[in-house]
Amino acid sequence: MSALNIKKGSTSHSAYDLRDPNAQVIESHTLAVLVDNEAGVLARVIGLFSGRGYNIDSLTVAEVDHKGHRSRITVVTRGTPAVIEQIKAQLGRLVPVHDVHDLTVEGPSVERELALFKVAGTGERRIESLRLAEIFRASVVDSTLESFVFELTGTPDKIDAFADLMRPLGLADVARTGVAALSRGA
Amino acid sequence: MSRQMTGAKMVVQALKDQGVDVIFGYPGGAVLPIYDEIFQQNDIRHILVRHEQGAVHMAEGYARSTGKPGVVLVTSGPGATNAVTGLTDALMDSIPLVVLAGQVPTFMIGTDGFQEADTVGITRPCTKHNWLVKDTDRLAETLHQAFHVATRGRPGPVLIDIPKDVQFATGAYTGPREAGVSHYQPRVKGDTAAITALVEMMEKAERPLFYTGGGVINSGPAASQLLRELADATGIPVTSTLMGLGAYPASGKGWIGMLGMHGLYEANLAMHDCDLMVNIGARFDDRITGRIADFSPHSKKVHIDIDPSSINKVIHVDIGIVGDVAHVLEDLVNIWKARGRKVNKEGLTRWWGKIDGWRARKCLTYRQSDKVIKPQYALERLEALTRGRDRYITTEVGQHQMWAAQFLRFDEPNRWMTSGGLGTMGYGLPASIGVQVAHPDALVINVAGEASWLMNMQEMGTAMQFRAPVKQFILNNERMGMVRQWQQLLHGERYSHSWSESLPDFVKLAEAFGCKGIRCSDPAKLDAAIEEMLAHDGPVIFDCLVEKHENCFPMIPSGKPHNEMLLGDADTEGAIGAKGAVLV
Ligand SMILES: Cc1ncc(C[n+]2csc(CCOP(=O)(O)OP(=O)(O)O)c2C)c(N)n1
Ligand SMILES: [Mg+2]
Repeated sequence: MSALNIKKGSTSHSAYDLRDPNAQVIESHTLAVLVDNEAGVLARVIGLFSGRGYNIDSLTVAEVDHKGHRSRITVVTRGTPAVIEQIKAQLGRLVPVHDVHDLTVEGPSVERELALFKVAGTGERRIESLRLAEIFRASVVDSTLESFVFELTGTPDKIDAFADLMRPLGLADVARTGVAALSRGA
Repeated sequence: MSRQMTGAKMVVQALKDQGVDVIFGYPGGAVLPIYDEIFQQNDIRHILVRHEQGAVHMAEGYARSTGKPGVVLVTSGPGATNAVTGLTDALMDSIPLVVLAGQVPTFMIGTDGFQEADTVGITRPCTKHNWLVKDTDRLAETLHQAFHVATRGRPGPVLIDIPKDVQFATGAYTGPREAGVSHYQPRVKGDTAAITALVEMMEKAERPLFYTGGGVINSGPAASQLLRELADATGIPVTSTLMGLGAYPASGKGWIGMLGMHGLYEANLAMHDCDLMVNIGARFDDRITGRIADFSPHSKKVHIDIDPSSINKVIHVDIGIVGDVAHVLEDLVNIWKARGRKVNKEGLTRWWGKIDGWRARKCLTYRQSDKVIKPQYALERLEALTRGRDRYITTEVGQHQMWAAQFLRFDEPNRWMTSGGLGTMGYGLPASIGVQVAHPDALVINVAGEASWLMNMQEMGTAMQFRAPVKQFILNNERMGMVRQWQQLLHGERYSHSWSESLPDFVKLAEAFGCKGIRCSDPAKLDAAIEEMLAHDGPVIFDCLVEKHENCFPMIPSGKPHNEMLLGDADTEGAIGAKGAVLV
């Protein structure tokens, strides 16, 4: 793993990691896939990734156009440039897929992820976690005398960084939504 | 204008509206309402198979020999799972099929009901698309959409899962025209600038080559016609994959034979040495490329394909042209003509000289025998005795398949049906029946190996019932010859389980099915025996006892480049390294 040259803020929490170990430059790309929200469409997309040995670092899906029954799938994936092109072409030929956008190459984009962190502790550690949460602009959405649940929105990097800081302070649980992304500008 | 009718009636109505004249199927509880409707009409012929895998291969044979989608009807559970091999086969070879499966009623889905299977889940990766229809009002639209998706773009199999209550319920039927436009409209016209760039390369190239594939045939007769026009007008040599045989005629002056693992010496060396490779509707399959790193090292490569994901998948190309072969070739021919029909004459003359030199090697030479029938000889005689007839060939999978591709000659598209991508033993017999159903008066021959043929031999019953006079030409070497060949070359001659033990007596088997059986083991009597087969007005099982240890050459061992071909047994010593042995 460490020998791989991973270019952009990708995490290594991959669902499938079957790529050719000899591949040279591994890039992380964020793809937005617009699909008909029909039964099985997510299974089709995920099956494509597992069947062809592609990576999924993050995947989110929700209907974004209720009238037109369109969903937007945001998938963060990794591979050599040739593999990334193949992934886009393979996604593009699925029948319910209307559009595939590679936000990583199609100009600037914003990427956000929402995460909930449960941090358990008392005394100094508890105060320190609250102080750090303020710095990160995380909000407290639940608290007991021994715990907090923080809500944080940001780039995956920022969420990783916050998780690293919380770990020694009693991080008990994390829930992450995965990345949602849009291109900048009109 | 919509009409009210039951889901079962809609199925039959939609098939009629789509111009379907025959379906291949097998009944069961979950499709009884549809069978009831089939019973009450005469427009659509139903061919009752003996196993659902047979139905799918028959539909493939029908589709490949007509260019129309093949239609299959199976019941839920085991009916649907039996169709899986055929679906995968059709997906790999881009054959348009519409498969209709029954399903347990909607209110039972998920309860592990009798003969329930997650059919859309199981078939998702082996169809181009599939649907579970839970509402009769959506059924007609889905049926029409299924034909659209199966036949547009890169063709492929689709499946509709229809729960039994949806078949019984009444809903609104809409015809194909009212069914609404699908957003699925793959691009057919190629980019003009890219096509012009290709023409410029063709004008200058010293050693150009057309490498054609099944996409030319799938594109339709116009594509084959345009390919002929282009190749003959430019004088550029043509080779083809196993899938594309017949798109350019074997008798054409530009033809240099099939390429690939068991392709011709001259075709493979031309691939290796060309300076411009124009891939038309092929997909750089591993049977074609050999070792990727050494694949045609000195050529510029252009790839014409309707499926964008085929371009740069395995081989990086200099120009990719996404479009339908016929559309792209039409533009290509026109642009080439408009620019003055230029070619590099001197270059081409030298190139053909080189090719003729390779040809002189006569790579298909084999040692003849007067004691035992050589499989190559059997096919040479079959070719000679059927030349000029209205002939269709199907095959099983193995050595016989490769010899058939090498020794039979195809001058027209849609005349050669073989399982290329999946390599499915058991394909040829049912496929031959499907072809015969589509072309009742034609001569349809399945060139088979004895092991493959046994895999779907139950379909002889179908051939008998529907009077399909298919000829089963079995090259019986009492071996899984192709497996034996690999074991000889790669596994130290340890012939693990590659015999055909306890074979049936094929002549008696023919009698048991009620058809004609012929056996021949004497080269001197072969012609007469083949004539007897051809003269018989009905299905024939021909047990042609051939040399048991013949190897199929030329052969590019897995993991080797094109210029390291084995031409005969003398070349095989230590030819395949340990690295090659892990490849299939
Ligand atoms: C369904 C299936 N199972 C296994 C194989 C692997 N296989 C490829 S060729 C072959 C032997 C075929 O023997 P036969 O049909 O007698 O043909 P021959 O090679 O002897 O001409 C086998 C087992 C396959 N292609 N398909
Ligand atoms: Mg055999």
